[in-house]
Amino acid sequence: MTRQNSETQDLYRELILDHSRNPRHFGKLENATHTADGINPLCGDKLKIYVCVGAEGCIESTGFEGSGCAISVASASLMTGTVTGLHVDKAEACCMEVTRRLTSGNKSELAGIDLDKLRALDGVRHYPSRVKCATLAWHALHAALNNETAPASTE
Amino acid sequence: MSAVAQVAPAADWRADFPVLAQSVHGHPLAYLDSAASAQQPACVIDAVARYQREDHANVHRGVYTLSHRATEAYEGARDKIVDFINANSRNEIVLTSGTTESINLVAQSLCRPRLHAGDKIIVTHLEHHANIVPWQLVCEQTGAELVVAPINDQGEVELDAMLDLIDDKTFLIGMAHVSNALGTVCPVRKVVEHAKARGIPVLVDGAQGVPHLDIDVQELGCDFYAFSGHKMFGPTGTGVLYGREALLEAMPPWQGGGDMILEVTFDKTIYNDLPYKFEAGTPNIAGVVGLGAAIDYLQAIGMPRIAAYEHELHDYMVGELKKIEGIRLIGEARHKASVQSFLLDDIHSHDLGTILDHQGVAIRTGHHCAMPAMQRLGISGTSRASVALYNNRDDIDRLIDALGKAKEIFA
Repeated sequence: MTRQNSETQDLYRELILDHSRNPRHFGKLENATHTADGINPLCGDKLKIYVCVGAEGCIESTGFEGSGCAISVASASLMTGTVTGLHVDKAEACCMEVTRRLTSGNKSELAGIDLDKLRALDGVRHYPSRVKCATLAWHALHAALNNETAPASTE
Repeated sequence: MSAVAQVAPAADWRADFPVLAQSVHGHPLAYLDSAASAQQPACVIDAVARYQREDHANVHRGVYTLSHRATEAYEGARDKIVDFINANSRNEIVLTSGTTESINLVAQSLCRPRLHAGDKIIVTHLEHHANIVPWQLVCEQTGAELVVAPINDQGEVELDAMLDLIDDKTFLIGMAHVSNALGTVCPVRKVVEHAKARGIPVLVDGAQGVPHLDIDVQELGCDFYAFSGHKMFGPTGTGVLYGREALLEAMPPWQGGGDMILEVTFDKTIYNDLPYKFEAGTPNIAGVVGLGAAIDYLQAIGMPRIAAYEHELHDYMVGELKKIEGIRLIGEARHKASVQSFLLDDIHSHDLGTILDHQGVAIRTGHHCAMPAMQRLGISGTSRASVALYNNRDDIDRLIDALGKAKEIFA
């Protein structure tokens, strides 16, 4: 395998391909308490994020719909898996952490949260034009949790 | 194929473009995105540099040597443009920042003062946003209506349906000469014939026409022809609005400023003559010098020769693409320029673009600033390969190989 090929495969890791082919928590959440749209005007990616927050401020369930590239769908799928069960404050911290990782590469650990799977997104940082694909779902989650009415946009 | 050898020594043309002699991600660059922006030959780069090093001053006003030289270079480029598209006079060549500004100029100067509620502007469904949004703006400002002529599944304008839309309320027709997203060569001449009979002006968005076709605006008969320098191997930030002199003469200035006036007092300003009436402010002199050099380059080869070479290469590309299982060509008009959109399996075009980039192959992905065309065809975007005179069969083979690698990754 050439170096270039291995770099491409660093971006399109098996976990990313798996989540893009078989996205988890895909579909509308009927009992959602929070929703937001995320759009990436450059790519035409469109996601709708659904979150059900319980009385204690805990995210009981999540879902998403929409279409996009492998990176944006996989990131949304990984996001729903990561934040389901977390308190909204911790989910917000996750949004910040993922955005930081994707843009600067600096990593922090968040106590009590398993961010291991998100390492699959590490390769995206080397593709400036694709970082927005990976952050889209996280921006939309942030917008949903803050009851923002305008769609979250990567622009 | 012998046709290639007969038509053109492409290897020689390729060597004229310094940017192509590089590797990207360890592979020689195969640049297949000229429809977005064409690369510049060394003669253009050198002409701009020489102007900056030796001749630069402001145009039209200095009494000293450098200003004369700058003015000569700038106005000399205008003369080349007259010749390049066979305009009737240099008064018909307004230099702009690009196609977008050219179209906005017509929308705001010709249409805005004269459009009434209920009037119609007709465009086609395959237009670039630059030939949609300026008309939408002026329609909002005046209460006029934007009417869309349909396209078929092959990406061709449905001519009869378009002609049926033309009526007494039609104020102007705007249409692409060549679709940037689909490569369709549109039936401009036939539309012009019908419009002329009713005295309706036609603006042709020629951004994708000038790099591929031998343009003769008098033969085409259109009233306006808008195009950009950077699609035809010149610098970005340069463009042209060709307009029939009588129409330009009757239009008020669009932007006010220096250069577009003869005399200014606080009571009254007397506007300059054509074409300067539409060129407010210091223009992109160096860029226009580069555009002039690009025209010299194209004319030295000859547009018919370029078109013939591109057609042969386009046919080769389409033939090779069709051999790939899972390929779906988007835009299969009978008359096409060397632009081909496609989809591969269910791989998103941005994923495809990234994987191809890693093979050194540069293509455009997404909606190509033609979202309505994408919506009409029921897709969110495409991958698009566009061929210019500096491409060769090796570039196409590299594209095909890279698509094969993408299939492997997403298998």
